[in-house]
Amino acid sequence: MEPVTMRVNGMSRSVFVAPHRTLLETLREDLGLTGTKHGCELGECGACTVLVNGVATLSCLLMTVAADGADVTTIEGVGSPTHPHRLQRAFADYGAAQCGYCTPAMVLTAKALLDRNPTPNREEIAQAIAGNMCRCTGYLPIVRAIASVAGSES
Amino acid sequence: MTVLDPHHGIVGRPGPRTDALSQAAGGPLYVDDLAFPGMLHGKLLRSSQAHARIVSIDTSAAEQLPGVQAVLTGADMPVEFGLLPVSQDEQALAIEKVRQVGDPVAAVAADDPDIAQRAIELIDVVYEPLPPITSMEEACEVVDEPIHGEGPKDNRHREVSLEFGDVDEGFDVAYHIREDVFFFQGNNHAALENHGAVALVEDDGRLHVWSSTQVPHYLHRILAKVLELPEGRIRVTASPTGGGFGGKTDVFSHELVTARLALATGRPVKITLTREEVFYTHRGRHPVLMWVRTGFTEDGEITAMWFRSYVDGGAYGSYGAASLLYTGQLQTVTYRIPAYRFQGVRFFTNKPACGAKRGHGTPQPRFALEVHLDKAAEDLGLDPVTIRRRNLVEPFSLTVNHLRITSCGLADCLDAVVSASGFEEKHGRLPAGRGLGLAVGTYLTGAGLPIYFNDMPQSEVMLKVDRGGGVTVFSMAADCGQGSTTMLATIVGEALGIEPSDLAVVTADTDLTPIDLGSYSSRVTFMAGNAALEAAQKLIDLIVVAVADEHDLETDRISLRKGVVLAGDRELPWAEAVRIAEARWGLLVTTGSYTPPKDIRGDYRGAGVGPSPAYSYTACVAEVDCDAETGVVAVRKVWIAHDIGRSINPLLAQGQVEGSVHMALGEVLMEEQAFRGALHDGPSLLDYKIPTVLEMPEVETILVESIDPEGPYGAKEVGQGPLLPVIPAVVNAVYDALGLRIDEIPLRPDKIIFALRDLERHGTNRFGPTDLPPYEFRPPLPVAPPPERQLV
Repeated sequence: MEPVTMRVNGMSRSVFVAPHRTLLETLREDLGLTGTKHGCELGECGACTVLVNGVATLSCLLMTVAADGADVTTIEGVGSPTHPHRLQRAFADYGAAQCGYCTPAMVLTAKALLDRNPTPNREEIAQAIAGNMCRCTGYLPIVRAIASVAGSES
Repeated sequence: MTVLDPHHGIVGRPGPRTDALSQAAGGPLYVDDLAFPGMLHGKLLRSSQAHARIVSIDTSAAEQLPGVQAVLTGADMPVEFGLLPVSQDEQALAIEKVRQVGDPVAAVAADDPDIAQRAIELIDVVYEPLPPITSMEEACEVVDEPIHGEGPKDNRHREVSLEFGDVDEGFDVAYHIREDVFFFQGNNHAALENHGAVALVEDDGRLHVWSSTQVPHYLHRILAKVLELPEGRIRVTASPTGGGFGGKTDVFSHELVTARLALATGRPVKITLTREEVFYTHRGRHPVLMWVRTGFTEDGEITAMWFRSYVDGGAYGSYGAASLLYTGQLQTVTYRIPAYRFQGVRFFTNKPACGAKRGHGTPQPRFALEVHLDKAAEDLGLDPVTIRRRNLVEPFSLTVNHLRITSCGLADCLDAVVSASGFEEKHGRLPAGRGLGLAVGTYLTGAGLPIYFNDMPQSEVMLKVDRGGGVTVFSMAADCGQGSTTMLATIVGEALGIEPSDLAVVTADTDLTPIDLGSYSSRVTFMAGNAALEAAQKLIDLIVVAVADEHDLETDRISLRKGVVLAGDRELPWAEAVRIAEARWGLLVTTGSYTPPKDIRGDYRGAGVGPSPAYSYTACVAEVDCDAETGVVAVRKVWIAHDIGRSINPLLAQGQVEGSVHMALGEVLMEEQAFRGALHDGPSLLDYKIPTVLEMPEVETILVESIDPEGPYGAKEVGQGPLLPVIPAVVNAVYDALGLRIDEIPLRPDKIIFALRDLERHGTNRFGPTDLPPYEFRPPLPVAPPPERQLV
């Protein structure tokens, strides 16, 4: 078991983990942050996306030991139903979630985009979320929601 | 007062799901998010063999591994089960033989997932391999070792052979007869959430099972059967479902095994399937080979149709007996077909069992029919719009196979997409490589009959009012993302004049909620919605009578407005009216039930599949770009008009349409559950491609409101119907773009390239199947059409 210390949603967290434990497993099972989802555990679907040092990252492909010292943001660090981030409000208002399973990862991917480019156009939004699968919505309301926050036409 | 017309402005208003903000914050607890103190992790050992007898299973090494708490084999739960009463052919863990790669053979529960994985690797299974059957052609042969039952016999599962009216005469009088063969490859739901279950024994000794299921009631019944416990000793809670699409409408081994492991250990147990396990568990779209012959008059009116389906069912029955019938039943619901012969056969093969997926058994024939019709139009010198308009069914009519059509906005849908897309100006006139295609479709608004025979209601809803005026809606409807919880809140809210966000809705729990059969066949809005409306009407009646008596007024002087009850000139706050009613009647609880009408079906064998209290209709135009160098088809835009009856919530309705378009585009362009022998070609989301945002075109959605006379506020379905016409519209568009008839989907680039080369070298423009399996159907059972075809 290896000691790992990360900043998770602004708080310093230390865990002892096996070398093969993924960040996804650590967040969900050791830290109880179940807003991060697993869909394939092979880096294919994007449902496990979190921000590592501000970059949208597949937590199922990142070993926890490799995240030592990193700054990690999960959906729980973005906002809550009573204090939602404007992206979360937009996702709700535009019907960008149906089953809701891909939603936390979509919100985080969109946040990473807007943090580095506050006014993306539709093409830039699509490129940013192209690694996140959604099976319910056909992506269109997701793009509309992000575009509404970015002030761009959908 | 009655609540037939919405007047509070709640129904018909676009708005978010009641849990939308929680979803956006990662709040909902899906089944894999559940954790309990002392929880064990279960794992299934799955068969490496496609078809084999189990000679022995040695679990001793696994049992001795530290951290292993229980090991199960088939002998521990021998009761056979299956979702349909006619298909009780599955075992929670295989007993004498395995029938597909991935069949569950043994299970363990251990302190952590790593130990569970090591433990199943220590289980030694000795198999005696049997010859595998992996194609429908092989399944036609009489063999000594059939997949089910005793040989020698063939591997046919079910056959249907029906004739409505005089088909031969219809062909005799035809001016033109056309025959085609089509193949629709199987595909998987690919919901983002893998299936899972958690079970524990509650303090009172009762078993509690959480599952990612669309059908908590059926799971409840089958748990009781397999575990040999009274239903009253079991509580099932359907967790929020991370996508269903029919993939969670079956009852699965892992659900039963999780429960059995919890009983065996006395500790909470969780099993979550891997993505590979989901692909092998499957129950998705059936691969279907179809042959169709249709006779037409010179004007393009259909004189007769003969449709044959060959359905590759995989290793178990699952929903297949119904799926088979669905490949033949709804052809008559869009077009007037005066004489119709349907013959279909479903085979067992040693591959993952197919079942229900969005559109259940109807996207395959709809693809065949709509492409076939375009070809016939060309034969007759007609355009795709005209041939369809000349054959559309009438509202309030009976089909030749005894299905009752009520509201029908199909003509409006067709006009809307033709107009919006400029189809008549653009079809046949776009530059090479670009094309436009048209198709229509229909779907059930709920299956007319329940899965298991009974004459009880299919949906029941209970309302309870507390002293502060709060209203709680209780329903077993399981929200699989389609928005059924929001729908219930909206319908009850509209009736009572209460904002949906101010209502509490308790769903999908067998201890707490009255029956809803489940989220399948697009039944929930119509059936649970009608039950909710009846309960709301009864509550209104109680309040109106109590308030009228209290204020010494006639009941017609009492009415509900938003948040208040009007009593003559007075305006009572809702909570005050409720207080008066509870003082008068005692506890304010009302119930509503919905049972489909009995007279919507024929009385022939097979008539139970296809009837619905209402049908939705859709028309679609797709515009594509085809790259003749690479064979890649890109969809530029989709226009889609859907007859929804009435839109309860246009935002969520549009979401269902756009999501259906996405799923249809995956099916027509890229998705296939294909096999090399008995092995899945690529059981991962890397190999099994679904469209990303980059493949998703612009979609113009038009909602047509035909106001169904029996729907809640006139509503019909929207979750499945919009998928149906998109697939053939794209195929027809490829013909417009390249002049190629691709009679087999998905439209993989290699098929396009092959057909283009064939066109250059041989002048033939078709890619698709030609041969049918060597199967002799029994002579069709003649069924007299209904004497009167038009309903008054």
